[in-house]
Amino acid sequence: MTLAVIPLLFVLAGLVFYIVLAGADFGAAIWQVTAPRTPDGERLRDLAHDAMAPVWEANHVWLIFVLTVTWTAYPAAFGSLASTLAIALSVAAFGIIVRGAAYALSSGTADPREVRRIDQASAISSVLAPFALGACVGALASGRVPYGNARGDLWSSWLNPTSITVGVLAVVFSAYLAAVYLSADAVRRGRDDLVEPFRRRALGSGTLAGVLAIAGLVVLRQDAHALYHDLVFGDGLPALIVSVLAGAITLTLVARRRFEPARYTAAVAVTAIVAGWALAQQPQFLPGLTIEQAAAPRDTLWAIIVAVVGGGIILFPSLALLLRLTLGGTLGHGHHVDGPATDEEDRPAPARPLLPLNAALAGRVAVACLVVGLGLLTAAETGWAHAVGVVALFAFVVSGFLAAVPPLLAADADEPDAETT
Amino acid sequence: MTLLAALPLAQALGPVEQQHLLAARQMQALSFAVHIPLVCFGIAFPAMVLIMEWLGQRTGDPLYRTIARRWSRVMVALFAVGVITGTVLSFEMGVLWPNFTATFGGVFGLGFAIEGFSFFMEAIFIGIYVYGWDRLSPRAHLLSGLPIIVTGFTGSWMVISVNAWMNHPGGFRLVGGRAVDIHPWRALFANDYLWHELVHMYIAGYIVTGFVVAAAYAVARLRGRWTRYERTAMAVPLTIAALAAPVQVLVGDWAAREVAKTQPVKLAAIEGLPKTTRGAPEHLLGWYQDGEVKFGIRIPKMLSLLAFHDPNAKVVGLNAAPPSQRPPINVVRFSFQTMVGIGTFLAALGALVLFLRVRRRRLPESRWFYVAVAAAGPLSYVALVSGWVTTEVGRQPWVVYRIMPTSQAVTAAGGVPVGYAGLWILYLGVGAGVVWILRRLARAPIEVPVSTAVEKEV
Repeated sequence: MTLAVIPLLFVLAGLVFYIVLAGADFGAAIWQVTAPRTPDGERLRDLAHDAMAPVWEANHVWLIFVLTVTWTAYPAAFGSLASTLAIALSVAAFGIIVRGAAYALSSGTADPREVRRIDQASAISSVLAPFALGACVGALASGRVPYGNARGDLWSSWLNPTSITVGVLAVVFSAYLAAVYLSADAVRRGRDDLVEPFRRRALGSGTLAGVLAIAGLVVLRQDAHALYHDLVFGDGLPALIVSVLAGAITLTLVARRRFEPARYTAAVAVTAIVAGWALAQQPQFLPGLTIEQAAAPRDTLWAIIVAVVGGGIILFPSLALLLRLTLGGTLGHGHHVDGPATDEEDRPAPARPLLPLNAALAGRVAVACLVVGLGLLTAAETGWAHAVGVVALFAFVVSGFLAAVPPLLAADADEPDAETT
Repeated sequence: MTLLAALPLAQALGPVEQQHLLAARQMQALSFAVHIPLVCFGIAFPAMVLIMEWLGQRTGDPLYRTIARRWSRVMVALFAVGVITGTVLSFEMGVLWPNFTATFGGVFGLGFAIEGFSFFMEAIFIGIYVYGWDRLSPRAHLLSGLPIIVTGFTGSWMVISVNAWMNHPGGFRLVGGRAVDIHPWRALFANDYLWHELVHMYIAGYIVTGFVVAAAYAVARLRGRWTRYERTAMAVPLTIAALAAPVQVLVGDWAAREVAKTQPVKLAAIEGLPKTTRGAPEHLLGWYQDGEVKFGIRIPKMLSLLAFHDPNAKVVGLNAAPPSQRPPINVVRFSFQTMVGIGTFLAALGALVLFLRVRRRRLPESRWFYVAVAAAGPLSYVALVSGWVTTEVGRQPWVVYRIMPTSQAVTAAGGVPVGYAGLWILYLGVGAGVVWILRRLARAPIEVPVSTAVEKEV
């Protein structure tokens, strides 16, 4: 394995995370809009919303990760595919904008009816985003994105049998993932009444996804024969077998109500599909452009590897914390009540000064910092003087704040009803 | 002329014909203008929320906690909108400017990749913080907010490092239109041009957030709602902005000196200086036409003094670059003067706040003061955008300064105006949604669990 391939592994891993995590979010939106307008349907919608709200931002950042690593490590390939697939990407962006806006808005809605209305509006676009992104994958897989600035056809590159198949599969698969997750979530929350509806949805959409995947192979055989050949008879075969097995195991697990392990086998199935695609297509990135040719120079590849590994060391524990808190039910619903704190914080606290330090002293420190900062940043010429000057000016803001605000707030707290006119 | 040394022009994907270059630039500008205020809230608002929460934990006074909690809902809503506008920007890097990314992605891309991680951490801890009220211990909850402040800084650091590189490119050689011999760390972080831009923007984040939040409560006061809740919620952001605004004058002056050194033609456009001059004058206001500033207030030798700390220093004029390589002068000039004018007003307002605080230890009574604070909110946003217009339009016609013209970076795909129109419609919708949600959040009844709190309905 060469250096040029390593960032691609990051990209593919990011893609798997995006499909598994954000796909489930898009899928949840599909279930929100298709739930019946009955009290049962309302409960389905509420669960789908509450399960996704704390994590959707983090889930969507995987796409940013995929984009940034691609354009750093394979800049020419990125420029080629983004320009040819401009319309597909715009459609995907539209879907992402509306879905994100729906979350932003629902955090301020007062009653559940408004939340539902917003979520329903967003569900249409949640179909668009996975479809368009899946169609982009289909465009790359079927070799319809040539090297060059918008050299491929703006429409037929992503509206063709392979792209449409992958796009539809992405939508159905998102719905399937969401249903599996939400089944597990319903079990975890002790919402037995919701387990069965989501399980039914998971089985239905999972079966449909399986049928579509098989139909997809037929389409590939006609439309992208080279890829089909490598997938079925070449390097992609082991991955294809794994994905079929993992898919079948997942369905079986869902049928037997073993939802937690089903989450992971579903992720294995996604990983295998993505790996199969990559194995079948390599060493080509785009037609006429191999991975080696597309890769940035050595120093850049090392830099991105260092950045991703270093970032991962910080990221994964944090992500694990978020998922642990979310799955453990610690992180709550999207709708807070600005009500009184219920527990120990409600007790009157011991009277303490706002700050342990002397405000007048802080004020003098602030003035001193301002003078130092002014001198070093404005009068001095050298770089280190500017650096110290900037630090001094930040210290001015901090010490100035400490000098100015606590006395004011303390005075206000002492005469609480001093209404000015 | 060193300008020509960089030719033949950089391009990895081959030449393009794009009749809608201006539409592509406008679309990019619209995307930034929408995203940047959200960035400011990402930089500075978490710190203000945490200060409030910390005050609440320290004093045991539930008022602070109520404010922090209400603000955190605003924070997460604006962050969500920032996620989507930021996603749009990352798409546009490829969709609108494929040749820029294709040619130089290997040089600057690293900055965005690290920024991606930063963004990730921010998203994770915002999720934990906002959905963790009452569910984490007070100390754990406060701690879960700290990474949001740190990532607000690292994120802007990374993005600004890319912008600084575009303005002052280095860390690679150009051979046959392609970047070779790339040193991405050096290109991004060993760049003299980075630091003033970063500090200038980071402080701008606090100024914009501080004044915008304070303006909301100034409006409340003008409408007669002025309980301890509003007074407290105004005091913290207003004080931060009041301290930061005068500092920004010094940092801005530093930035201008760096521009004078590194991008003399941009400075010449900012000042409307037609010819390279010793003891160059400064013109306030006015209009650049036919090689001079008309109707401006002329201050002799001032430009030389400000830019080089020497009244007789030589300042490079527009004649250093052929007309085709000059930015649109009046756009740059007007936006610069707007930024400086508003910045001066904000600094004066800040100084007044601090002076009154020292002398009288309370917020002023005068209605005009609150009118000024209410105006400072939107004005600070105007100044922010004007500053970015100054530096970005001032860089034109280059996307990578003196290396790649913007016209070479753009996509060859058609339909750019359609995308531009679509983005307007979408962002008008998003904007309406944001206004709706902020009003809704503001209108939610304030419940402070203490008898001393005064509550009034709107």
